[in-house]
Amino acid sequence: MGAQIKDELTKKRWPGPEDVYNIILAGVGGQGILFAARVLGTAALMKGYDVKVSEVHGMAQRGGSVVSYVRFGRKVYAPVVEKGRCDLLVAFEELEGLRWLDHLCTGGRVILNRQRIDPMPVISGKAEYPKEIPAIIRRRAGSVELVDALTIAGECGSLRTVNTVLLGLTARFLPVEEEIWLETLAEVAPARMLDVNRQAFIRGYRYTQPSGQA
Amino acid sequence: MKELMLGNEAVARGAYEAGVTVATAYPGTPSTEITETISRYKEIYCEWAPNEKVALEVAAGAAIGGARVLCTMKHVGLNVAADPLFTLSYTGINGGLVIVVADDPGMHSSQNEQDTRYYALAAKIPLLEPADAQECRDYILTAFSLSEEFDCPVLVRLTTRVAHTRGVVIVGERKTAPLWDYVKNFSKYVMLPGMARQRREIVEQRMARLAEAANTYSLANMYVDQHADTPGDTLADTHTQTQTDLQLNRVEAGNGKTAVITSGIAYQYAREVFGEVSYLKLGMVHPLPERLVVDFAQGREELYVIEEGDPFLETQLKALGIRVTGKKLFPATGELLPGVLRERIFGANTKEEKEEAKAGAQVEAIPTRPPVLCPGCPHRGVFYVLKKLGLTVLGDIGCYTLGALPPTGAMDACICMGASIGMLHGMEKARGPEFAGKAVAVIGDSTFIHSGITGLTDLVYNKGRGTVIILDNNTTGMTGHQNHPGTGFDLRGEPTNRLDLVQVAKAVGVRRVKVVDPFALTELEKAVKEEVQAEDPSVIIARRPCVLLDRSKTRVLVRVDEEKCTFCRRCLAIGCPAVAVSRTAGEKKGRIVINETLCTGCMLCVQLCPFGAIERVER
Repeated sequence: MGAQIKDELTKKRWPGPEDVYNIILAGVGGQGILFAARVLGTAALMKGYDVKVSEVHGMAQRGGSVVSYVRFGRKVYAPVVEKGRCDLLVAFEELEGLRWLDHLCTGGRVILNRQRIDPMPVISGKAEYPKEIPAIIRRRAGSVELVDALTIAGECGSLRTVNTVLLGLTARFLPVEEEIWLETLAEVAPARMLDVNRQAFIRGYRYTQPSGQA
Repeated sequence: MKELMLGNEAVARGAYEAGVTVATAYPGTPSTEITETISRYKEIYCEWAPNEKVALEVAAGAAIGGARVLCTMKHVGLNVAADPLFTLSYTGINGGLVIVVADDPGMHSSQNEQDTRYYALAAKIPLLEPADAQECRDYILTAFSLSEEFDCPVLVRLTTRVAHTRGVVIVGERKTAPLWDYVKNFSKYVMLPGMARQRREIVEQRMARLAEAANTYSLANMYVDQHADTPGDTLADTHTQTQTDLQLNRVEAGNGKTAVITSGIAYQYAREVFGEVSYLKLGMVHPLPERLVVDFAQGREELYVIEEGDPFLETQLKALGIRVTGKKLFPATGELLPGVLRERIFGANTKEEKEEAKAGAQVEAIPTRPPVLCPGCPHRGVFYVLKKLGLTVLGDIGCYTLGALPPTGAMDACICMGASIGMLHGMEKARGPEFAGKAVAVIGDSTFIHSGITGLTDLVYNKGRGTVIILDNNTTGMTGHQNHPGTGFDLRGEPTNRLDLVQVAKAVGVRRVKVVDPFALTELEKAVKEEVQAEDPSVIIARRPCVLLDRSKTRVLVRVDEEKCTFCRRCLAIGCPAVAVSRTAGEKKGRIVINETLCTGCMLCVQLCPFGAIERVER
């Protein structure tokens, strides 16, 4: 099964366990990255893969960058994704997408949420928020999905489901069936938020980029 | 059943299955979720103790009282708990006692990188080191068997990447552990010198037996056999069912003549980089299974010891005369991530990587995203005032340590939990009483209760005149909002007796105690000025709940009147993420804007604006 993932997705260029798929979720504290990572990991487990999901707690969560690594395959050892070995980078925020771009493998895929959250040096006017991030990412990535997940989340009824919209879009590129995703979502999401989460997930899962976008 | 669990959750699960009935802890990243998970198991009594020393003492009493007990903390917490630890090694236990300590290589959320393995060596107790979530669950079960078999506390060392990684865990059922009889045993539990001398010998004998046992591959099996005569539905069954194939110290034979000795998370990193070579994976890191390592090392052309942190294993391997490559090649500092290992072994740059580095260099400078005090954080005003007054600030451990960063930048030192008060007192004794007029100690409520009370006692007793500011946000903020004795609620959120900070300060002899609202900048500044000038020691309690606890109550926010704003930027001095500079391209001056999604309506910036340009509006 592992080799299939590779064929479906992207070729790796390094020796080692060939059949592990590497995802990085990068964003800012409060964007719901840990929830998305947990659903990804649980769905991969339900599909029968070995899984590791690393989380960030404590100091790093106080408005800082948050990253979660999700790795699954036949057998997963390290819980971290090395530079240049990420198959799929899910950037919950543009600057964080840029920050983790060097972890992407050649030909890797990026899902880029068109959200901008200024870090403190930009807020205080000491640094500039980098311009044209989608273009920079396009130069490096094999393929890029641009999505305004915040707007979609709003249409679903809760701005807090940005993570679930992105999760849905991510899910589309992974070798796990839609039923498993929805089942996992029902298991992990709090019951009172399930309907809105399900809607957000499906919106992400069925999302197609408008043509001609930057 | 298979579940995706955090290492910390798996530790809790293991304790649950092992029949633990008492669990104690003080919160600390990366260990906190263990106790939070335990609190969901109704069969286990669990508590947040005021500090790790008390947590371990409660655990010691419970274990000697016959129960199976889990005690958890972060690495620096073990420094606080070291006193009971070293002598518990002498007395031994009765019911099993397992102490889980979470180290933080790379210092994700810690002030140092100390290596807990040395405590096992120094205190002469065994230490197990799981490498993933499944082993977290399994090793806890084994640790309890070992603890009762060898009559000693057992350390289990986690590191951040084990504690905070979710992995697949096969869980079992809880088995009731017996509450062992408590029998008074003066010569075992009263460590007067005469008795301690006898126990000292027993400690050495115990470690020798443990070292011998560690040589066998499947240590756990041994205990299954020894427990087999225990009747009924007890732990023996659990072990037979779930641990028969658990090998604490295991050899994984591979290809070629390269071999690796490793343990914990470093094992995972090594597997990632070295692939199918031979491994000796140590689950029991102390005592070292000497015969096993000597046998394994025999005839290897290339032998590496891969361990994160200090050369703990390496030093012992070399003492055995084994030629092994370790810290000469791999760094002792930071995390020993696969990328680091790969670079040290295979060299830095392949042609491809060089090209990529070049491509990467084209990307413009990426602004950092440092952690910041949250919008509406009650600590912010205090640091603004301290900076304004130009005081020397002895700081402490918590979210508020972020007050040291620009733009507030109001902290001179931060060493460990509770140190601020003693350091303030020491500085005054070194530099003279007038120095107390230019300095304060700043400490959070949970930290003050953890180990600030003794510091304050010292300051009063030894005639200091320092001013201590207690940042009372009614929670343990940084670790994720745990209750503490000052909140009036226990670990499970049940109401309980409440420690009164004002009464405590008065009881240790402080006559000048003030409570102020840290959002009322004028009163706060006045209070600080008065108290640092006072000849007597003083305590200012800056009291307001953590903004993350009552965010929903916010009904107001603020806006900038562009007509009145002169862009003087005084409002930026508080470093609030909701107060931003906005510039359109080519514009030199810029404007101040309030980010309404972040603003909590704390009104600090309103108080700072000399032009009345920031106005309160109803949401």
